This record gives sequence, C-alpha cells and structure tokens, in this order.
Amino acid sequence: MTTTTSEPGYADLPRLISLMTGDDKHHAAAESTVDVLWVLFDRVLDLGPETARRPGRDRFLLSKGHGPMAYYAVLVAKGWLDEDELADWSSARSRLGHHPDRVRAPGVEISSGSLGHGLPIAVGTALGLRARRFSSRIVTLVGDAELDEGSNHEAIVVAARLGLDKLTTVVVDNQSSTHGWPGGIARRFETEGWAVRTVSGRDHEALYDAFTTPHPGRPLAVVTVVEPKGAH
Amino acid sequence: MPNMRETFLATAEEIVNTDPDVAIVLADISAASLAEAARRHPDRVINVGIREQLLVSTGAGLALAGLRPIVHTFNAFLVERAFEQIKLDLSHQELGAVLVSYGASYDMPMEGRTHQAPGDVALIDSLPGWYVHVPGHPEEARRLLLDSVPGDSRTYLRLSAQANSVPHLGVGLQTIRQGTRGVVIAVGPMLDRVLQATEGMDVTVLYTSTVRPFDAEGLRAAVWDVADVALVEPYLRGTSAHCVADALADRPHRLLNLGTRRDAEVRIYGTRADHDLVHGLDAGSIALSLKEFFTG
Repeated sequence: MTTTTSEPGYADLPRLISLMTGDDKHHAAAESTVDVLWVLFDRVLDLGPETARRPGRDRFLLSKGHGPMAYYAVLVAKGWLDEDELADWSSARSRLGHHPDRVRAPGVEISSGSLGHGLPIAVGTALGLRARRFSSRIVTLVGDAELDEGSNHEAIVVAARLGLDKLTTVVVDNQSSTHGWPGGIARRFETEGWAVRTVSGRDHEALYDAFTTPHPGRPLAVVTVVEPKGAH
Repeated sequence: MPNMRETFLATAEEIVNTDPDVAIVLADISAASLAEAARRHPDRVINVGIREQLLVSTGAGLALAGLRPIVHTFNAFLVERAFEQIKLDLSHQELGAVLVSYGASYDMPMEGRTHQAPGDVALIDSLPGWYVHVPGHPEEARRLLLDSVPGDSRTYLRLSAQANSVPHLGVGLQTIRQGTRGVVIAVGPMLDRVLQATEGMDVTVLYTSTVRPFDAEGLRAAVWDVADVALVEPYLRGTSAHCVADALADRPHRLLNLGTRRDAEVRIYGTRADHDLVHGLDAGSIALSLKEFFTG
C-alpha cells in the first residue's frame, strides 16, 4: 500500500479481507456486507479522510460490528487505513479489533459490537444534524439477526414519526436470525412509515438505485438480501 | 419555593432558550412541563416516548452531531434500565451528556420497588470519568446544571424530593462544622439530618454535592491524625467507601458507612419518612449510629 500509485478498488477487497485471519466464525458476516459497504463508500456517501472532521459530512454508522473485515478492507481502499495494518489486526499492538473502536480507528464513526446500538444512535445523530441545519445523510448498517434486539424497534418507530428523511437503515439479510423474519423485515419498517426497498445485496446498480432514489419525508430502509449464512 | 425537579425543568428551559447547541431528550417523564419549550424548539426538545434505551442512545447521537444533550427521566429507568446504553453509547464512544434523574432512592415510596434506584450512583461509579452530583437543595441543582452544560463532560445529576433548608454552593468537601473527634461526610440531602444528629457531638461535618470526582484532598485535610470517618450517603450504603479508603490509604482509619440497606429489599410502601427509618437514615437513627461509632 505504501508504494501503490492507484487507489485500490472493489477487485482488491477479497485480497484485503484475506489478510485478516483468526475471526473465522464471523467470515460470513464480513462476506455479507462487502458489496453494500463498497457501494456506499464508493458512490453514495460524501465522506473521506480529507473531510473526516467536517461537521456536515455524511455519516456511516456500522451497527453490526461483528466481522468487520469487509469494513476495514473498504476503509483501506478509501485511504483511511494502511494495508500494512491488516495482517496484525486484533493483536495488542493493533488499533483494529474484532469489533471496531471509533476512538482508535480513523473513519469509524461509532464503536460497535453489542447489537442494537447503531440505529438508535443514528436517530440521535439525524436529529442533531437536522437541528444544526445540515443536509448530511446518516446511514446505519444492521443485520437481520440484529433486529432481534428490542432497542432497534424503539428507534424504528420514532425515526418515522419524527420524519427523519436523511436517515437510512441498511438491513443485510443473510437469514441468520434464530427465529427468523419471514418476509417481516420490510413489513416491520413499512408499518411504521419508512420507505422500503428490497434488493440483492450483490447487485451494485440495484443497491445504488435503492440508496439514491428520493424518498421525501420518510426515512429509508434498504433490505439487502444475500446468501443465507452458512450457504457457502 | 420550587423543588429540585421544578427548578431543574425551569433551568433547562432557560438553557435551551438561550443556547442553540443544547438539546433536551425526554421519555415522557416531565414532557408536559417542557411542552412550551418543545413548541418553541421542536428540533431540540425531543420526547421519544416510553423508550429509555432510545432516550440515552439519542443523547449519544446528538452529541455525535455536535450538540450538548440533557437527558432526563426517573433514575430507575435512566440509569438502571438503560445502563448498557450509558456504558457503550456514552462512555465507550467518549461522548458527553448531562444525565439528569429524579426519583433518588425512594422519592416515590408509594410506587414501590419499581420506582426506586438506590444503586444508580454505584452503577455510574463502575464507569471511569463521570461527574456525579447529588444536590441537597434546589439552588444547588440549578447551579450544578448550569456548571455542567459547558464543555463535553459526562455528568450525572441526581435530583431528589429530599432537600436541606439552605444551599451550599461551594466546591468539593465543604466544612460546615468543626470538631476534633472525627469527621462525618454528609452527601446531598443528608446534611440537615446529619447536623441534627451531631448536635452536641465534637465532630467535623463535611458536606458535598459532588461525589465524583471525590475530594480526597479535602478529606485528608479534614481528618488530621484522627481518622475516624462516617460517610452518610442517600443511596446504596458504602458507595463511596472505596474513595475514602483510597484517600486515607497511608494512615490508620476507621470508616462507618450509612446509606440505603444492602442486606434486604425494602418491600414497603408508605412515606419517605417510613423509608428513612427502615434504612436508618432518619436523624435519630443516624445519631445512634454515630454515637456508637465515635465512642467505640
């Protein structure tokens, strides 16, 4: 990375991810999010290392902190982190752990790991940026199993009632919830008044369209369907 | 005179009217009292409904966006129900907020155990770097709130229905009465009853409305070579015992802890006075405990 001349791209992500070993039980989690993360950071969100402290930047809040290998790989590709850091991740010397820490890793807006925190925090961030008259987007990423946590449902209701139309929740659905949400994820958000789009979590054009098509007056939920956990 | 809760709400309204970077987050409790402020500042006076996890997380998110949140509900729900949000969304993220509770250990005794949270300060004390204020008078509550809003501290302001007759607006351990036999530390609303209990006793009475950080230097200066210390706290007995022990680690000392009981859940309704008696926190019980300790 220190001697590269061109910015790494999507094609580099599998190699970057493979540098991080030792969290095998969460590889499915990393794999499930890689395309969503790439589309968001590459084409949708207005953020980068050079504007890291700009108050009006867009925000990405990774709620599902498990299996952050894809997240770190994207942060490397976008210049937040150095590739050389990846192999040593999770050691006492590294600032990159199995759950990301905002105080240590640049580009990380929230420290996550315990499930059900990102969306509720994102509600507060959306309220705060609205009060300060910024038009920033706030995107949070959760998993379908993470929606089992009740704290999300406190946030889902209030975000819609308060008309937080700059807020987007991406639900990466790899069908890993123990009791399942058969058809229920989209319905849960719709019932409360969110604009909801369900797309393939591997189709970059469909993801881009889902993230960028206007949804005035309502928060947006994008359910991105990927292979069931353990299917590959 | 307005009580602590009314004083807090009036002061919070003043603050949100004058400081465009302050937001107030509520979970129904006290929302009616701030209805006018909410009409005036709909973006910054936010009632999330009966959702205490979201209450605290919203405060954290507001801080992430650069606002200064004041987050308020009863302490049983603010601190105990939403403790993981306090631990992770505020402390672990290193985000600031002013948490303001009402209810104390048994402000609403007729509501029963569900509305009592004597362990709240001990829980907050398990996290580093928090300011914990336990005002003993409405004017102290106002001053402590005004002092807490600037900056980005993590502050817990614990309001109570119980109060002393006059405010003490000083900082740290304040000497209220001087004696030679030992030191009694009265925290917040415990002062008046401690003064009553120590009438005629040759002891120093120190008062504080700020228990974290604990004024170790103030205590060391007060004890001289007679290091008998009685700590009277309006919440879980011995919550600040480790602070006293650390402050006096290099000199022999004895410590008496008074506070709410650890050995039993007090399963009665009744009045605050009834609960004072059960916990040994009425003036008469405190006097008996102190006499036994200081003459022992």
